[in-house]
Amino acid sequence: MITGHELKTAIAQGRLSAVEAASQALARAQSLEPQLRAYIRFTPERALAQARRIDDLVRAGEDAGALAGIPIAVKDIFCVEGEITTAGSRILENFRSPYSSTVVRKLEEAGAVIIGKTNMDEFAMGSSCENSAFFPTRNPWDPTRVPGGSSGGSASTVGAWSVPIALGTDTGGSIREPASFCNIVGVKPTYGRVSRYGMIAFASSLDQAGPMTADVRDAAITLGVIAGHDPLDSTSVDIPVPDYAAALRSDLQGMRVGIVHEFEEQIASLDPQLAELYRKAYQALEQLGARLVEVHLPHARYGLATYYLIAPAECSSNLARYDGARYGVRADPGGDVYEMFERTRAAGFGDEVKRRIVLGTYALSAGYYDAYYVRAQKIRTLIKRDFDQAFAGCDVIAGPAVSCPAFELGAKSQDPVAMYLMDYFTIPMSLAGLPALSVPAGYIGGLPVGLQIVAPAFEEHVMLGAAHAYEQTTRHAWAATPPVAQTAASTS
Amino acid sequence: MSTAAIGSETGFEAVIGLEVHVELSTQSKMFCGCRNEFGAEPNTHVCPICLGMPGTLPVINRRAVEYLCKTGLALGCTIATDSKFDRKNYFYPDMPKNYQISQYDMPLTTGGGVRLPSGKLVRLNRIHLEEDTGKTFHAGGHMAAAEYTLVDYNRAGVPLMEIVTEPDIANPEEAEMYLGQLKAVLSYLGVSDVKMHEGSLRCDANVSIRPVGTTALGTKAEVKNMNSFRSVVRALRYEIERQAAALRAGERVVQETRNWDEGRGLTYSTRSKEQAHDYRYFPDPDLVPLTIERETIALWNAEMPELPLAKRERFLREHGLSDYEAGILTEDVVTADYFEVVAQAAQSAKQAANWLLGDVRRLLEKHELTLATTRMRPQALAELIRLVAAGTISGKAAKEVCDVMIATGQAPGVIIEQRGLAQTSDTGEIQSLVDEVVSANADSVASYKAGKTKALEFLVGQVMKASRGKAKVDIVRALLLERLG
Repeated sequence: MITGHELKTAIAQGRLSAVEAASQALARAQSLEPQLRAYIRFTPERALAQARRIDDLVRAGEDAGALAGIPIAVKDIFCVEGEITTAGSRILENFRSPYSSTVVRKLEEAGAVIIGKTNMDEFAMGSSCENSAFFPTRNPWDPTRVPGGSSGGSASTVGAWSVPIALGTDTGGSIREPASFCNIVGVKPTYGRVSRYGMIAFASSLDQAGPMTADVRDAAITLGVIAGHDPLDSTSVDIPVPDYAAALRSDLQGMRVGIVHEFEEQIASLDPQLAELYRKAYQALEQLGARLVEVHLPHARYGLATYYLIAPAECSSNLARYDGARYGVRADPGGDVYEMFERTRAAGFGDEVKRRIVLGTYALSAGYYDAYYVRAQKIRTLIKRDFDQAFAGCDVIAGPAVSCPAFELGAKSQDPVAMYLMDYFTIPMSLAGLPALSVPAGYIGGLPVGLQIVAPAFEEHVMLGAAHAYEQTTRHAWAATPPVAQTAASTS
Repeated sequence: MSTAAIGSETGFEAVIGLEVHVELSTQSKMFCGCRNEFGAEPNTHVCPICLGMPGTLPVINRRAVEYLCKTGLALGCTIATDSKFDRKNYFYPDMPKNYQISQYDMPLTTGGGVRLPSGKLVRLNRIHLEEDTGKTFHAGGHMAAAEYTLVDYNRAGVPLMEIVTEPDIANPEEAEMYLGQLKAVLSYLGVSDVKMHEGSLRCDANVSIRPVGTTALGTKAEVKNMNSFRSVVRALRYEIERQAAALRAGERVVQETRNWDEGRGLTYSTRSKEQAHDYRYFPDPDLVPLTIERETIALWNAEMPELPLAKRERFLREHGLSDYEAGILTEDVVTADYFEVVAQAAQSAKQAANWLLGDVRRLLEKHELTLATTRMRPQALAELIRLVAAGTISGKAAKEVCDVMIATGQAPGVIIEQRGLAQTSDTGEIQSLVDEVVSANADSVASYKAGKTKALEFLVGQVMKASRGKAKVDIVRALLLERLG
């Protein structure tokens, strides 16, 4: 595996051109498509134009940016000017965005080379990438299994070593769960740390963009590029962005790591083997100098129920704009404009999206609003408070990112609740707006799983510092080559 | 609550509440940087944000908040230091997001009221801020029957404030007074163009009636689509009579939305499902709660201009105007300011008022101009008034000069010079005109000599006419008397 920062150094030193790096990444990703189907669309022209620009800058001896020449992939939820942006949905199958999202603009300004738009669950609703309107994506560790979701395409392509960095979004676990399934690092920043402008909304009070990367350093560098206040996003917070790469640590002396009592009980009852793997991860943290402390999140168990009121409520409103009137796919008109809306939406949305629109519409309806939406917001406050109390006694929290490794395609697609449960350990942090990441922690039956590390709001640097130290000591254990990467290596 | 009987013979009294939507005249739209301008080519003031493109987010226009709060301060409302925006969810083709960002349970202002010239206070319930929708054009009438529908999104996202009264209005005339007073205040504050015909001020009315002397409210109808003050009065008169007729016939008033049909002079039920709408309001998660510092409110308060009623009182007191004059001259701030400059420079408030309410008004209409658009400066009008007072030109000639001034903005002296309108005191010139008139009107001369003194006035008029108004009338009279001996 070559990391982004290694590639950047090679390009800056002239050992590799950005055009070569982009061409190799494109060739490798395209060659793996028959097995993985990680991309909805490649953007070779955009990539090569950007790569040539970077090479010119490098030759001229100019600073080409923090990500100069690094090939990256972008989840198809981010608007990219001039490119089709679908959010994994039929209803936006033909939507060519007239503008770029703030994060994409920042990445390109920092020299990143976008090679394609990755597959995802439709409108980011799902945990397996099977809800894509186009095709499911597969896991590079076992193509009969899902890559996780909703940022499944981004996780799969980074996990297969096609690109070192991809952009994902996380609403209830959509970066962390697929990162865990594909043996990569996935970071959900604090709500408000990264601009949401140009990121197609699922649940506005929860959505955050974040890096999905080969290693923690790449995540730190990428987050440094995309973080910061955006005048176009009122919910982005205007506080300085620390130097995340400088915060990376090699030991955890003096750090208090919280272990969540309720999560340990839950994981032990779900899968003793997985519980054992996480216990070893905590021991590794201890060996790095951390002090483990038990913390409690008594309301975390209501996280799922809370999430499945708030997120659908917001989505029912956010997705109302897809009516075929101004852009996107329009059902054959005939009848009045409302019939056109109805037919467009009936044909354009998949089952899971419709399910959540119905759930959310119901939760916001007169007579139910107080019982559902308002009560869910109150529980959300209690969950936040739980974390505040927990962080009074620790610097970061470590725990499971998932309750199982990647499952087989189709295993949960007929059972929405089983699928929703995939986000059990990641949703509470989303509701609390806290930064959280998944870092590779080992294997269960040859399939990777990730360790989740959580920090107080806007303390991504502390979280990344801890993850980096952990990654250094365990790299030998998890840096195995994913099976599809072995195939690709032998064929190319 | 004060109400008035419609007429003792009907036995009912009306209870009216108004909801007025006012487009704020900010430079840019409510949540994006697009220009806020009426009358542009369709769909030219649009961007990904006000078109509701995927991924876009709103950002609050602070100036719109300021405009609304200043309106609230002028009307004695309480400004909320903590407020928020909510989403009002419903599908409509002129609404890009299929929800409208509005304010539900935490409006920017509550309370306050509009004082009518009669002294009555129409209490306000609230003023809140929202975004306007686009405009639809249904080819072939209403939406259901249309072959196709065109949408202009220039208006989508224009800042809109909704001013809601308590049901304090007792009759159509009071509604008109309320609107007039509100319009005057908004014009003074400069927060809106307040043009009903362009839709920058729109009015819906909640109307119910009840037996005189009772206190329970009757079932109300909401009347929409009234496009002028006059149509508000007509629509309310019609609706009150319609409800009274229904009750007299033993029928019930149905709670519904009714549209005013200006051409047919009646209201009709829209039969819309609007009553069944559940807007599913919830706080907009794309916007953070809005807080307004007390210092900011104090600052806005300090910037408050003199308001219409206060100005009216002052005009009565300082300029000795009549109620009628003071009322009209203070209707909008442009007229009031213009008047004050003219009155000051001409040293005559009475003449300034006479001119502005009389000839200037008439001539502006003739040229399809207003005081804001004419090139005639108030100093020039004052100069004209001084020239008449000094006898340089006649009152008649002055009207002609004013006509040209309004059209061209030329100085009165220039026009008088060009047109040779200055009055003459040249007795030789006037004498020859007197001679001509006396010899041409022997009958009148004979009548005068027979003691009919009125004939003199006729002869004076003939001489004036012959001089094209330039002869000084006292000289004409003196010379005629001398000649008729």
